[in-house]
Amino acid sequence: MSSDPITARGDLRLTRITKSYGDFKAVDDLTLTIPKGSFFALLGPSGCGKTTTLRMVAGLEEPTVGSIHLGETDITTTRPYQRPINTVFQNYALFPHLTIFENIAFGLRRRGIKDVKEQVDKVLSLVELPHLAERKPTQLSGGQQQRIALARAIVNRPALLLLDEPLGALDLKLRRQMQIELKWIQREVGLTFVHVTHDQEEAMTMADTIAVMNEGKIEQMGSPADLYDDPETAFVANFLGQSNLIKGKIDGNDGDNLVIDLFGQKISMPKSRSHAVDTSLYAGIRPEKFRISRTGTAVRGNTLAGGRIEDVSYIGVSTQYVVAMPWGQELMVFEQNDDGVPPFNKGEEVIISWEPSFTFGLRGDEDIEAGTEVNPEEIDE
Amino acid sequence: MNITLPKVRVPYLLLFPGFAFLFTFFILPIVNLAQTSTETPISGGDTGQYEQTFAFSNYLHAFLDNREQFARSFIFATLSTIFALAIAYPLAYAIAFKSGKFKNILLVLVVAPFFTSFLLRTIAWKQILGEEGFVVPTLRTLHLLGQQTTITSTSVAVVAGMTYNFLPFMTLPLYASLERIDPRTIEASGDLYANALTTFRRVTVPLSMPGVVAGTLLTFIPAAGDYVNASILGSPNTKMIGNVIESRYFKIVDYPTAAALSFTLMAAILILVTLYIRKAGTEELV
Repeated sequence: MSSDPITARGDLRLTRITKSYGDFKAVDDLTLTIPKGSFFALLGPSGCGKTTTLRMVAGLEEPTVGSIHLGETDITTTRPYQRPINTVFQNYALFPHLTIFENIAFGLRRRGIKDVKEQVDKVLSLVELPHLAERKPTQLSGGQQQRIALARAIVNRPALLLLDEPLGALDLKLRRQMQIELKWIQREVGLTFVHVTHDQEEAMTMADTIAVMNEGKIEQMGSPADLYDDPETAFVANFLGQSNLIKGKIDGNDGDNLVIDLFGQKISMPKSRSHAVDTSLYAGIRPEKFRISRTGTAVRGNTLAGGRIEDVSYIGVSTQYVVAMPWGQELMVFEQNDDGVPPFNKGEEVIISWEPSFTFGLRGDEDIEAGTEVNPEEIDE
Repeated sequence: MNITLPKVRVPYLLLFPGFAFLFTFFILPIVNLAQTSTETPISGGDTGQYEQTFAFSNYLHAFLDNREQFARSFIFATLSTIFALAIAYPLAYAIAFKSGKFKNILLVLVVAPFFTSFLLRTIAWKQILGEEGFVVPTLRTLHLLGQQTTITSTSVAVVAGMTYNFLPFMTLPLYASLERIDPRTIEASGDLYANALTTFRRVTVPLSMPGVVAGTLLTFIPAAGDYVNASILGSPNTKMIGNVIESRYFKIVDYPTAAALSFTLMAAILILVTLYIRKAGTEELV
């Protein structure tokens, strides 16, 4: 069907998209469907291809191979100004020579919309900045410019709103506030938002669906809870939050559970949560799922004995322990400070335990360091 | 010993050389010129001997006698400014946005003419546009120019020479302001339903206005007072006000008229420039 692309609506479908720059593939054979009305996040470290993907959707880059559809309309080669897609740029890209009012009215005027004033006023109240209409962008704070950039895009009621690291330039506190506000605005206006970020917390706070990207490919896609609780790869397990990955071997079946041998100690986990392809696997457990008990106490669930507290950090809501295991690995354990049990001391012998259903299994040939490199954004948090 | 100058004096000390220079070579000559402009010849004196009589009528005569040259100066200056803008804008745009790794080489080429004297370059143009040059015979062969028609000694040659000579002054400020434009604002314009032409008109041009204003002023002001192009490439029929001032001073030794003409020219330029800046509204721009 070849209707006017500007009126296209529906799901966004990327089909086998590749974008090469010489020998380098920024995006590698990517297929992805973003349902209409969703808040979708493309999450990944810098250089993973998420911004390139966004720019291809916006029309600022053309895919080397593959096609992009919006509903039934092929928009792969449609010029940016003919796509019903608007972008909130990193650093906002407001027009410095125009007032805030004219910045927001820009898209409406280009399309020859009649009631410009009414629509601009409405969107200015939505972002709670109606008093700034006559100012110039440079007279606004970063947070205000951010909202104006958002207003300038959503006033056009596009089929798709792209947000390219929209909160990257804001300080932490303002970023938190804007995360909640953006989510609220998305529900209010009911548009499809596609959000690109390297900040896993930002993606998890806002998006209903997250696609984790790495080296031009999608590692895993799902709801924030799915990705966090049941990561399929070491990259996802490490990039979203922290994980303890322990090398093991599948030692048999027990109904719906697998029996895993971790350095001589047997644990069990649901079959459905194992992504192993043979008998070798990494058992993954999030640090907050662990419980610590003194050696000798009776504990339920999976247990690993022989731990020794190596380090204790008290962080207010929780205490973080580093526990050295007999096979030489150090495990991270986060304990809520809610039960009045005195914190364990450095050097104490302990047992670690957890609910079997919290275990996830990764392929035994994974690089368990993948996705662990600290990005600069996390250092200041 | 530890000598600390009182802090307030430092800025004045730093300003002193500049002030002294301007006072000696700008303020004093201007005052002197103002005095000269209202003098009249000493009755019975030699040529070149004048006395102060506060003859403000000098201004009226100077202006009325040279209306034609004044008009021509401003027309030529306006034309060469427009042509320079028309040539420099695409050039500066290409250097700023499309030149890639050749950017620095192209910028050097823009200023390369300054390595030769202004006079020499103008004389070279006389050769290029003259009967022996390649332009005239080519145009005649193509029947774009009559067999008897020439280019030198015409207004065309003068305006062409001025356009050429002031081109770098137009190009550099334009380049500077185009180069400063955040490419993302251009992308944002496309994202907001503006096609390439609309983006150019609504975003690129307004954002390059500081460069346009600076470039047109740097071209127009010296062009209005220029006499080198008119005397080398023109004829008595293409005289500009600069040529009149020159001949009044050095040939006729009529200092008061030359001085009065100079002030009139200055005042005219000042008024035009003020009106222009008001209209272009540079203070609105960031």
